[in-house]
Amino acid sequence: MSATAEHAQPGFWRHYVFSTDHKMIGKQYILTAVVMALFATTWSVLLRLHLAWPQAQWPLLGKLFPGLFQDGVLLPERYLSLVTMHGTVMIFFVISISLVSGFGNFVIPLQIGARDMAYPFLNMLSYWTIVPACLIMLASFFAPEGAAGSGWTAYPPLSALPDAAPGSGLGQTLWLFAMALFIASFTMGGLNFVTTILNLRTRGMSMFRMPLTVWTMFIASILGILAFPALTAAAIMLLLDRLGSTSFFLPSGLVMGGTVLPHQGGTPLLFQHLFWFLGHPEVYVLVLPAIGIAFDVVAAHGRRPVFGYRTSVWALVVVAVLSMIVWGHHMFVSGMSPYVGEYFSIATVSITGPFAVLALNLVASLWRAEIRLTSAMMFALAIVAAVGIGGVGGIFLATATSDQYLHNSYFVVGHFHLMIAVVTFFAIFAGIYHWFPKMFGRRMNETLGKAHFWLTVPTTIAGFVTMHFLGMAGEQRHLYDPSAYKFLEPVQWLNVLISILLFIPGAAQFLFLWNFFHSMVAGERVGPNPWQATTLEWTTESPAPHLNWGAELPVAYRGPYDYRLNGAPDGYEPQAAAPSAAALVTS
Amino acid sequence: MTAVAVAPAERPAPREQYPIALAAVLVTVAMLFTAFTSALVIRRTGADWVRIPLPPMVWANTVVLILSSLALERARAAAKGDATSRIADWLGVTAALGVLFLVGQLVAWRQLVGQGILLRTGPHPAFFYMLSAVHGAHVLGGLGALGWTGRRARAGAYGAAQHDGLTHTAVYWHFVGVVWLWLLAVLSTL
Repeated sequence: MSATAEHAQPGFWRHYVFSTDHKMIGKQYILTAVVMALFATTWSVLLRLHLAWPQAQWPLLGKLFPGLFQDGVLLPERYLSLVTMHGTVMIFFVISISLVSGFGNFVIPLQIGARDMAYPFLNMLSYWTIVPACLIMLASFFAPEGAAGSGWTAYPPLSALPDAAPGSGLGQTLWLFAMALFIASFTMGGLNFVTTILNLRTRGMSMFRMPLTVWTMFIASILGILAFPALTAAAIMLLLDRLGSTSFFLPSGLVMGGTVLPHQGGTPLLFQHLFWFLGHPEVYVLVLPAIGIAFDVVAAHGRRPVFGYRTSVWALVVVAVLSMIVWGHHMFVSGMSPYVGEYFSIATVSITGPFAVLALNLVASLWRAEIRLTSAMMFALAIVAAVGIGGVGGIFLATATSDQYLHNSYFVVGHFHLMIAVVTFFAIFAGIYHWFPKMFGRRMNETLGKAHFWLTVPTTIAGFVTMHFLGMAGEQRHLYDPSAYKFLEPVQWLNVLISILLFIPGAAQFLFLWNFFHSMVAGERVGPNPWQATTLEWTTESPAPHLNWGAELPVAYRGPYDYRLNGAPDGYEPQAAAPSAAALVTS
Repeated sequence: MTAVAVAPAERPAPREQYPIALAAVLVTVAMLFTAFTSALVIRRTGADWVRIPLPPMVWANTVVLILSSLALERARAAAKGDATSRIADWLGVTAALGVLFLVGQLVAWRQLVGQGILLRTGPHPAFFYMLSAVHGAHVLGGLGALGWTGRRARAGAYGAAQHDGLTHTAVYWHFVGVVWLWLLAVLSTL
C-alpha cells in the first residue's frame, strides 16, 4: 500500500496539553482522576475518623481544614458536604473518567487497529470540558455556606431549596453546573467511542473479534447515551426550581423558618425516577468496563483463551438491557405500588443470570490456565472475588421485602462500595499494571505492585463487608454521630474496625502512586509485547507512537484470545499474525 | 520532527462515520425530550395542573419551522440536480426562517408575560417556557450546522455526486422540527 499522506507529529502544546491524540487524552483523563481521587480519599479519611471516634477532637485537622472543623470536631453540616462530595467526585470524576474515558481513550483505537478516535477534536473538547467541571465541583467548597450537602443523588427538596440547609445554597448550584459539564463531556466521549468502534476497525476486525474491553466500552457508551439525558432533564428542572421558583419537584406545604413556601404540587419522587433512570445504568457504565478489563488481563496473564467469548458478549448485552429497566429498586421505600415494586424486584434479580454467566466465564477462564501471578493478574482475580462478594449483597437489596429493612443503612453503603468502588478500582489498578508498558514504554515495579495488592485487597474487601453487618444492626447511612443512639453502642467497635481496615489501603495508594510516577522515568524498559499478549495494541512499539503504527495498519486474522496453541511459537498467536501457508492448507 | 506516512485507504472515512455520529446525537436528543415528556405526564397528575392556552404566535412559528424544512429540501433538490449555485441560497432561506422561528418564540414568551403568565405561575407554563427554551437551544445548534453547511456549499462542496453533509444537516434540522411538533402536541393536549 503506497503511503502518500503524511501526518506531522505535533509540538509541545499540541502534544501534551491541547492534544488530539487519543493516547495522550487517555493519560490526561487518568492523571486528572488521580488528582481528584486524592481529594475524595482525603474527605473519606475525615469521614471515617469521625465515624470511628465521633467524640474525639482533632486539633491538627481543625488547623488544616478550618472551614470543616470547630474545636477539632467535624461540623455536622460539613460532614454531609463531605459525604456528598466524596460520592459525587469518586463516581463521576474519578471512576468514570479514569475507567471509561481514560482507558477507553487509550485502549479502543489500539485494540481495534485505528490511528485515533473518529473525532479527535471532539475528543480534546471532551477532556477540556472535564477540567472546568472538576474545578467548578471543587469550588463548591468555597461557597460561603459550604459545599453541596444533599448527597450524590441530590434529592429535592434539600437540593431544590437554596435555604434548606447550609450546603443547599451556592454550593449546590455549583454542583449542578459541574454535573452539567460532566454530562456534556461524557456524552461527547460516548459518541466518539461508538463511532470509532463501529467505523474505524481495521481489516479483519469483525465485531466478534474485538477484545472484551472494547465490547464493554462500546456497551457502556451506548448506556451513557441512553441514560444521561434523563439526568440532564432532571438537572434543568432542578435548576429552575432553585432559581426560577417553579415547582417541578417541590410539593405544597413546605415550611421553612416558620414560613409556608409558595411552591405547590411538585413531586420529589419524579426527581428520584429521573435520577435513577440514569443512576442505575451508570453502575453498569462503570462495572462493565471493569469486567472487560478483567477478561483481557485474565486471558493474557493466564495464557488461556477466554471461556465462552460469545456468551460473554451476549451476557453483557442482556445485562445492559436489563440495567435500563430496573431503576425503581432504589426507591422501594420512597412510595411505590407493591405491584410495581414486585416487577422491579423480579427484573433486578434477573440480572444475576447474565451476570453469573460473566463471573463464571471469568472463573472458567482460569481452568487449567498457566497463571502468571503478575500485579495485573492479581488485581484481575480480585475483581472476580469482589464481584462475587458484592453481588450477593445485591440480591437482598433487590428484593423489596428485605430492602424495606436494609434501605438507607450501612448494608447499602457496603454493597455499593464493593460493586462500584472496589470492583472498579481493582480494574483501574489491573488496567494500569497491564497497559503501563504500552503507555510509557516501561514496566511498573512488580514487588511494589504485589505489596500494593496485599495491602489493598484483603483490607478493602474486609472493610466494606463489615459495613454490611453494621447495616444489619440498624446503623443508617448519612448518620453524623452513631454514638447518639443507644442501640448502636454495641456495634460502635465495628465502626472503629472499618476505619482501621480502610485506612490501610488508603495509605497503600501512596505506594502505588510512587510506583506509577517512579516507573514512568525509571521503570525497566520493555519491548512491544512484554506480556506475550495477542491483541493488536501489542503489535506496535512501547510506548505506542504517534498514529499508533507505521505506514501499515495491522490486520486482524483471528479472535482476540488465541493462547495455548501447541503449534504456535511461544504457544500463542497474535491477532495480527498472518496464518502460515501450512495452516491455510490444513484449514 | 518525525512524520508518519499514512496510506490513504486507511484514513478515516467521514462519509461512513458521520451517519453513526448523527444517529448517536439524535438518540441523545430524543432521550432528553422523552425524559421531559415523561416528567410532564407525571407532573400533570398534580391537583394544580391547569393547561393554559398557548399563545397564538406558536402556531405561526410552527408554520415557519415547517417552511424552513421545505426550504432545506429545496436545497437538497438543487444539490441533486447539480444546481450548485442555488444550494447556498436555499440554505440561507432555511437559516433565515430558523432565526424567524426563534424570534417568534421570544414574541410568544412576551405574549404570555403580557398576560401575566410567568415561569412560576403554574406547572404547565413552566413546562412551556422550559421546553421551548431547550428546543430553541437545539434550533440554535441547527443554525450552526446550517452555517457550516452553507460555507461548504459556497465552496462548491456539494453536487449531484456528493451532498452527504447537506443531507446530515437536513436530517438534524427535520428532526428538531419533528421534536417541536411533538412538544406542541404534548403541550396543547395534556
